[in-house]
Formats: sequence, C-alpha cells, structure tokens
Amino acid sequence: MSTSAVGVREEERAPGFWGSTNGKKAVMAVTGAILFIFVIGHLAGNLQVFEGPAKLNAYGKLLHTLGELLWPVRIVLLLCVTLHITATVQLALLKKRARPVGYSAKKAIASSYSSRTMYWSGPIVLAFVIFHLLHLTAGYYHPGAAFIEGDVYHNVVSGFQVWWVSVWYIFSVILLGLHLRHGIWSMFQSLGMNHPRHTPILKSTAWVVAVTIVLGYISIPISVMLGVVK
Amino acid sequence: MKLTLKIWRQTGRKDKGRFVSYAMDDVNAEMSMLECLDVLNESLIERGEEPVAFEHDCREGICGSCGFMINGIPHGPLPATTVCQLTMRHFKDGEELVIEPWRAAAFPAVKDLVVDRRSFDRIIAAGGYISVSTGNAPDGNAILVSKDTSDRAMDAAACIGCGACVAACPNASSALFTGAKIAHLSILPQGAPERDGRALNMVAQMNAEGFGGCTNIGECTGACPKEIQLEVIATMNRDFIRGSWKRRDQEVRTVKPMTEWSTGSKLKIDPHATS
Amino acid sequence: MALDSRIPTGPIEQAWEKTKFDLKLVNPANKRKHTIIVVGSGLAGGAASATLGELGYNVKCFCFQDSPRRAHSIAAQGGINAAKNYQNDGDSIYRLFYDTVKGGDFRSREANVYRLAEISVKIIDQCVAQGVPFAREYGGSLTNRSFGGAQVSRTFYARGQTGQQLLLGAYQALERQVNAGTVEMLARTEMLDLIVIDGKARGIVARNLVTGEISTYIADAVVLATGGYGNVYYLSTNAKGSNVTASWRAHKRGALFANPCYTQIHPTCIPVSGDYQSKLTLMSESLRNDGRIWVPMNKGDKRKPEQIPEAERDYYLERRYPSFGNLVPRDVASRNAKAVCDEGRGVGPSGLGVYLDFADAIRRLGEQTIRERYGNLFDMYERITDENPYKVPMRIYPAIHYTMGGLWVDYHLQSTIPGLFVLGEANFSDHGANRLGASALMQGLSDGYFVIPYTIGNYLATNKLGKVEESNAEVRNAVACVNETISKLLSIKGKRTVDSFHRELGKIMWEYCGMSRTAEGLQKAIGQIRELRDDYWQNVTVPGAGADLNQSLEKAGRVADFLELGELMCIDALERNESCGGHFREEHQTPDGEAKRDDEHFSYVAAWGYRGPGNRPELTKEPLEFEYVHPSQRSYK
Repeated sequence: MSTSAVGVREEERAPGFWGSTNGKKAVMAVTGAILFIFVIGHLAGNLQVFEGPAKLNAYGKLLHTLGELLWPVRIVLLLCVTLHITATVQLALLKKRARPVGYSAKKAIASSYSSRTMYWSGPIVLAFVIFHLLHLTAGYYHPGAAFIEGDVYHNVVSGFQVWWVSVWYIFSVILLGLHLRHGIWSMFQSLGMNHPRHTPILKSTAWVVAVTIVLGYISIPISVMLGVVK
Repeated sequence: MKLTLKIWRQTGRKDKGRFVSYAMDDVNAEMSMLECLDVLNESLIERGEEPVAFEHDCREGICGSCGFMINGIPHGPLPATTVCQLTMRHFKDGEELVIEPWRAAAFPAVKDLVVDRRSFDRIIAAGGYISVSTGNAPDGNAILVSKDTSDRAMDAAACIGCGACVAACPNASSALFTGAKIAHLSILPQGAPERDGRALNMVAQMNAEGFGGCTNIGECTGACPKEIQLEVIATMNRDFIRGSWKRRDQEVRTVKPMTEWSTGSKLKIDPHATS
Repeated sequence: MALDSRIPTGPIEQAWEKTKFDLKLVNPANKRKHTIIVVGSGLAGGAASATLGELGYNVKCFCFQDSPRRAHSIAAQGGINAAKNYQNDGDSIYRLFYDTVKGGDFRSREANVYRLAEISVKIIDQCVAQGVPFAREYGGSLTNRSFGGAQVSRTFYARGQTGQQLLLGAYQALERQVNAGTVEMLARTEMLDLIVIDGKARGIVARNLVTGEISTYIADAVVLATGGYGNVYYLSTNAKGSNVTASWRAHKRGALFANPCYTQIHPTCIPVSGDYQSKLTLMSESLRNDGRIWVPMNKGDKRKPEQIPEAERDYYLERRYPSFGNLVPRDVASRNAKAVCDEGRGVGPSGLGVYLDFADAIRRLGEQTIRERYGNLFDMYERITDENPYKVPMRIYPAIHYTMGGLWVDYHLQSTIPGLFVLGEANFSDHGANRLGASALMQGLSDGYFVIPYTIGNYLATNKLGKVEESNAEVRNAVACVNETISKLLSIKGKRTVDSFHRELGKIMWEYCGMSRTAEGLQKAIGQIRELRDDYWQNVTVPGAGADLNQSLEKAGRVADFLELGELMCIDALERNESCGGHFREEHQTPDGEAKRDDEHFSYVAAWGYRGPGNRPELTKEPLEFEYVHPSQRSYK
C-alpha cells in the first residue's frame, strides 16, 4: 500500500480573452471581416482600369490626397493583418502541441477543401500581398518595364504583361477566393452566429461572393494578357 | 469473410507503440466491430498472447466508452454509428483495417486502444451544470419551455462524450463537446442565470487541457455518432464573447490537468471519523 | 438472525415524513468531518454522491469505467414514472404505489413502495431544474406517455434516451461537487472488498485498473450503488462491465442477499445471431404499442414471413389475452415467446425468435407516422440486422434485462452490516418479483437524491465511530484476501479463457434459471455450476500481470463471483416453490399457464447469508404484510 498524498487539486488563473482559443478566433473573425471589406473596396477601385488610364490614375491620386486618412487606414489594415496572422500562428503551434503523435491514416469526411487549406492559402496570399505591395505600390520590384510613380495604369498594364507575374497573381487570387469561401461564413461562426436555416444561405452566399471576387480580380491580368487592356 | 486487422499496440504511456497485423479468416458479417475484436482476443489469449485492450461497456451506442479510428475515420465508415454497433458487413472481404486510438495530447495513451479522457470530466466540472442542489427545485411545470427549445436542448444534450470529435479534428479541438454542453444548458431557461460564467469557465478549462483551437471546418460533426451540429460551437462562442464582455471582477480559474493515475487519497491523509 | 426492517408504524401516508422527523441530524459543521464512500456512479450512486457532497460530507465516489458518465443507467430508453397527474387522468401517489405493489406480484415491501411513489414527484422537479430536456407539449408543459402495466399516463421521457439524460443530470451535479471539492471522483477504480470493523462497514479495498495498485479507503459509511447482476447470464441487455462483485464481496462479509432469483426478462430484444454474440440489444417496449407479435401456425415453417398467409399465422398474444393483447406485462409476453419457440414455431436462423410485425400499423397509419414514432429504433434494428423493418417484420426474443433481487436493506436502505447502505438496482427493496416499466430510473434517483441523504445522517449521528488505523487487522486481512484472489487467478494458467467459462455459466443459468424453472432443472443447474466453478479455479487462463491495465483479470474476478452467485440464485429459485412475477416455476401455474403464487407459504423476502465456500447459505425470512394492497391473482385476459 502506498501512502503518498495525491489527488490534490491545483488551480491556476485562466488567461484572458486573447489567451483563449475562442478569443483568438473572435479576433481573427473581426480582423478578417475588416480585411474582407478592404478586398471588396480594393477591387472596386481596381476595376476602374477598364475605364481607361485617366480614371484609374485619378483614383490613385485621390487615395494619395487623402493624406491624414491614408496612414490611419494603412495602420488599421496592418494591425488587422498582424493580429490575424499572430492568432493563426499561435493556433497552428497549438495544433501541433495538441496532437503530438499523428495518425498513420486519416480521412477527411465532412470538411470542405477550402477549410482544410486555410493554413496554406493564408501564407501564400500573404506572400503575394508583400510581392504585390513591392510590385505595384512601392515599385521596388517591377520587372518588364520601369515603374512610374503616379502612373498607376501604366504600372498595372506593364506589370501584368510579364506572363509569370500574371500567373502568380491569378494563382494567389484563386487562393484568396478559397480562403474567403471558408472565411466569410466562418467569421460568423466564430462570433457566435449560426442558424440551421440561415447558415446554409450564408455558405452559398460566401461561395458566390468568393467567386465574384476572384473573377473580378483576375479579369484584370487576363484582359491585359489578351490585349483587351493596353 | 477474411480481414486483416492492423492494430496499434502500446503497453503503456512510456512505450512508443507500434502496429501489429492480425489476419482473421473467419469473420462473420453479422458481428460488430467489437465482437470481432472479442474473437481476436479469445484467440490471442488461447495462444498465450496479451489481448488487445479496448474500451467498451454498453455496446448499444450510448455510454460513449468505445471508439477508435478505423482506416482514418473515428468509429469507422458508417455515419452516426459507434464501433459497438458497426457490423462487419460494412467492410469488404479481404480488406485491411487500420485500427488506432484517438490521438490527442489531452487524451493521453493508457494502453493499446485505450486513452484517458478525464479531460472531458474536468471541462464539465468547470461549469457544465446548473447549480441547483437537491431539494431546491420548483415544480416541473413552473417554468414553461417551448417544445422547440426543449428539442434543441435535447439535440445538444445527446452527446455521449466519446471523444470522436476530438479525434476527427485536425486541431484536436474539443469545441464540439464543450459547445454541446454549453448549448444544452444555455438554450434552456433553467440554465440562463449561469450562462456567462459557464462559458468562460468551461472554455478556460478546455484550453487548460491542451486541446487545439476550433477552425470551424466541421470534421467533428461529420464524425459525431450523435450528429451534434456545428451550431453548438457558435453558441459556445457567443456565450463566451458575451461573458467576456459582461464579466466584472470574477476571476476565472482552471484546474491543472491530472494525467497520472493516482489512487486517490490514502489512509494516512484521510480525514475521518472523529465526530 | 432476525431482520429488523425498521418499517415505521402508523398510516403509510405519513410514514416517511414521520421517519424523517425522527431521524437524528448531523451538525452542518461536523458533516465535513465524515467521509462517505459511494461505490458506483449511476443514477443512484451519482445522485447520492452529488447530494451528500452538497450537504457538506466528504465523499469519495468510485466507478470502474473511465468516467462516472458511463454508468449503465445511461442505456435506459423508455422513461421515468412519477405520480404528477399532469394529465388529469386519475393518477395519484396512491395509484402509483398500488400499481407497483401489484406489478411486483405482491412480493415487495409496502412502506418502501409508498415512499418511492411519494418521492417520484420531487424527482421530476429536481431533474427539470437540472436541465434535463424532458419531452414537452407545444404549450411548454411537460408531456407524458403510458407504459406497460399502468392505465394512466405517468411516464416522463426524453426521446428514447431518458436514462442518458437523467444520468447526465446526476453526473453534472456530481461534477459540480467535484469542482467544489466535496466529492473526490475515483474513476477506473474497482471495489474488491469491504472492510468491516467491529461489525460496521468502515471502508473498501479497491484496485486501480490502470496501475493495478491495491489501496484501502477508510470511511464512516459505505454506500453501494453498483447495479444489478443480469450478466450472470452472460448474454443480457446489461453493459459488458456490469457485475456483482461489489455486492457479492459485501455479501461474503456478512450482508444478506435477498431474493436473488427474481430476474426480469425483457420481451423485445434483437435475437442472438451467433456464438460470438457479446450482448443483447434491447428494443424499447413501446414498439408493442403498434407492432403485432406472431409466429407461424405450423412448426418448422421455413417460409419467408411475407409468404405466410394470414390464416397460417398465430397472433398468440392476441389469441390468449384478448383484452391486453400485445400489451401484456413483460413477464407474460416473454414466457409466451419462449413457449411458442419451444414448440418449434420460432423464426429466424436459430429458431429463437418471434415476429413483431408493423405491416398493419403501416397500412393503418402510414409509414411516416410509424417513422416518427419509432424511427430511431427501426434504424438501430436495421443497422444491426441489415433487415428493413418497414418491409419485413422485426424478429425479437426475450432477454435478461433487470434483477429485482439484491442486497437486503431495511427502510433506511441499510444492509445487515451497519454502515453499509445499498441503493438502486443493487438492493432488493421496491420492485418485488417483477418491475414495472419506467420504474428503475425512479427508484435509483429516489434512493440517491432523497432517501440516503436523510438516513445516512441518522446513522452517522447515532453511531460513535472510532479512528481506524492502517495497521488494523481487518484492514490487513481484507487487503490480503484481495491480493490472494488476484495472484491465484493469475497463477492458474490453464487452458480456457474467462469468457468461455462465463458463456457456459450463462447457458446453464438461461436454461435452468431463466424464463421458466423446475425443481429438477434447478438441482441439475446447481450441480453443473459447482462443477464449472471447480473447473474454473483449475483451468482458467488469465494473461498478463496484475500491475497494469488488464481487462482479462478484471473479468476473471467478476466471473468468479458470478459463479458463486449463480448457485445462490438457483438455490433461491428452488426454495421458492411457487411462481411469482419474473420467477416462474413450471410446477406452479394456473390451468391456462399463468404464474400461480402461494401467499400462504411464500409471502416473504428470502434473505440469504453467506456461510463460507461450499456451505449451504443460511435463509432468513422477512415476512411481508399487505395492509393496503391486498394480494390478488394478476390477470391480463
């Protein structure tokens, strides 16, 4: 007979909102929603490429003349990206710790392809965004033709005339679409909204919105490559 | 029919574990997966080998004891069925079945296919109840509950605590289990007074146990033998956010997970009999 | 030995109130100084642990499963009775009391049954408050259904999972106390012996099933809530782990075992399909509300059911019991099924089955209605048998389901060992020789939530309990006994597996001490069980060691106890030379084959005392008196 004292309850103070998995997901949902709104706004602006150089360049100029507002918006976006990614990375690290020994065989039975690839689509989209900023915002790297500060139309068209830039753009945007297809309805779930009647509608809507966004964005490089936009 | 069972064998937590293949020549299509293991075990014992340890009790799909992965799917290929009710006719003659235990840090290995699921009990102990001591109850009909509400609560309350949701989740999250209990109690008017604190406490304990985070992908609900819906996780999220917002100064505390199999308090420290 | 059942005097309606008032109380500040051991975490054990914890006692709750939520109470499907009279159909506490005494074929104790009926209404309130999602009317009030053996609607239910929901309610209340620090939960810990010091129960010896460690736990009182012993038949509707070990070892330490031969056979289970069969699956009794039971008129008729014309079918229950038809009580339905199968008219590959046919009901009500009523059961049937019951009749056969017998307890639920209390199915008290449907859940919760918290307080307040040292001879002795049994089982290293012995015991019990019994058969069974037991201790093989998770060793200990219990059941069945409820002696039947009681000679509780291995147990009789419900012949014609 052993006589060691065991079964003593050790209590700990629980971490706060951000420290919990659910809190992180809520933050991801809110930041995701803000980034989603940006993606739509950005698309609306970009599609002006079809209305000719004057319109698009004017739009670009407008953004720059916002002055005091531009940086706050950029900071908010940057903060969203940072929080969104930090939460993801932390959850991904937790995922690793939560199942130290993996399965020898594991089948997916109920999840969508897009939901399972969030961990991949996200980082690739991030890499793309960095490239995209260097390419078309900063002009730091702009193969094919010289980057002309202020001539947005020229930069876009000459940029997409490089075939691999367009392919990379299209590929990334499709991944963004996949990311949104899950992300759009998932943010509602993370914030506590799910309803047996409404959620299926939301999921279909998410699909339609994601496809629309993808089509909207890739229409630009495709048009450039096909010579529709010159 | 003939089957090959490739089963995970592990003598204890310190053992690394390995797969061992067993050929079975005479599997009756009518028997359940567990009866198939019974037959295998009888033959192993007769050969002087150690039988495969697996958890089971009621064998009618309600106690939640049984469960393991068959070819990468918790409880095997038949939806809404635990392994104890999964008959062998759902497999093809000559098939190889890869059988391995639930794998999660919060479910430490015990032996072969048996894992330690006490983390679930601790999540319930953190707040998965309505605090009403015996004798305190008003008449059963004093609070009316609409049929719809009661049915929804019942849908969530159907959880058998088997752990398939955790096993199926790529993140090893127990959101479906925790959400089911939070939803069951929070849907009912009787559970309303403790709604905020319950979600905070249960989520905190769930995190303390080392389960992963939910990414809303829905593998859990696909694997759930009682088909608990993803909606319960949203309910948990809502209650958690609500509780986090509304909470004033109450401190949320968690219990440190006990993974050792202690034998409880022993004679020497037992406070007893001196009245 | 004289049995003091401590039945209160005076009118039965006030008996429990009066008793409660007379019970001594433990000062709130002193409660935490008392340790109470509760073995079992089902409805009775879970409810008792939670409630005793709420009161402030220091509780240790044990279960052999990995979590208290797995206890087999979880599998109850149908519902829980309560004399709420919400339906305004004439129900009352007195009527529930009356129905239960009559349903038990006048072999239960009136005072206990009355208390059960009285408490039933509080149970529903308590469970609703805990969040048990009982079925409700559209208006939001609780709904009821009717159940076998009653003419009123008093059964509360939560779909087909009432037991699960009630157990989860108790489990959650228990976990709340674990969180509060009043209850310590010891899962995967199996009680293997009772420690009795100075004639009082003072603790248990238990084995940790993961580490194999044997430990002693000392307390001021021990509560057993360890369920029934139906698994003595090997095949039953009980969970695989359900066992008699805790009760049996307490019996061997001096607790009397009452009415062991009273077992209940459930008529609607899925038939056995082969030798590998490990358990029987119950199909809810409610199926008999719409299904018609029949077998072919001619024996050996191997045609498919749909090819047998109406004229060649025998709807034997409707034929023999025109007024109750397919809704006769469980024991009657079961015996009739056995009778037609014995005649060679049984159906299915084994010939041990009868049809439960929904064709008429589907024609009358439509498939949709049937699907709404029984969809989950039909699905379960199809999952197991691969036959579609919407198209072909179900095949059913009776199976062991519940044991009315158990450790003898007095009105305080205390066994013959002071300080040892027994609750739920593990005790014998409330159901007599036959239990009515939806009454098991009621009894478990009544004992756990509302009886034991009062009576155990009285025991603690009125008994001076000294300190128990680890070195106490009785403690050492109990540990030595446990260790000895374990090492003996591990050292035999014979040729046969534990399960093969268990299966053989089950066959003997089912054949001779099952649905119908004869003096000759019982004597034969006693001989066979003795032989089998001797063989067991020579020839069993238990692989592995004692120092880790060893499921074969767990089973071996339990089967060893079943091998002793089986003999006692046969002895009791032989001694009870009458038929009553679930105990049917072929020698004692009415001309048309119904159970015939002998109230003059057998209106008593048979309480058996253990007198050492191989010795005939000692019978003590507790006479039963019926002041309120007068014994009559049950008739369902």
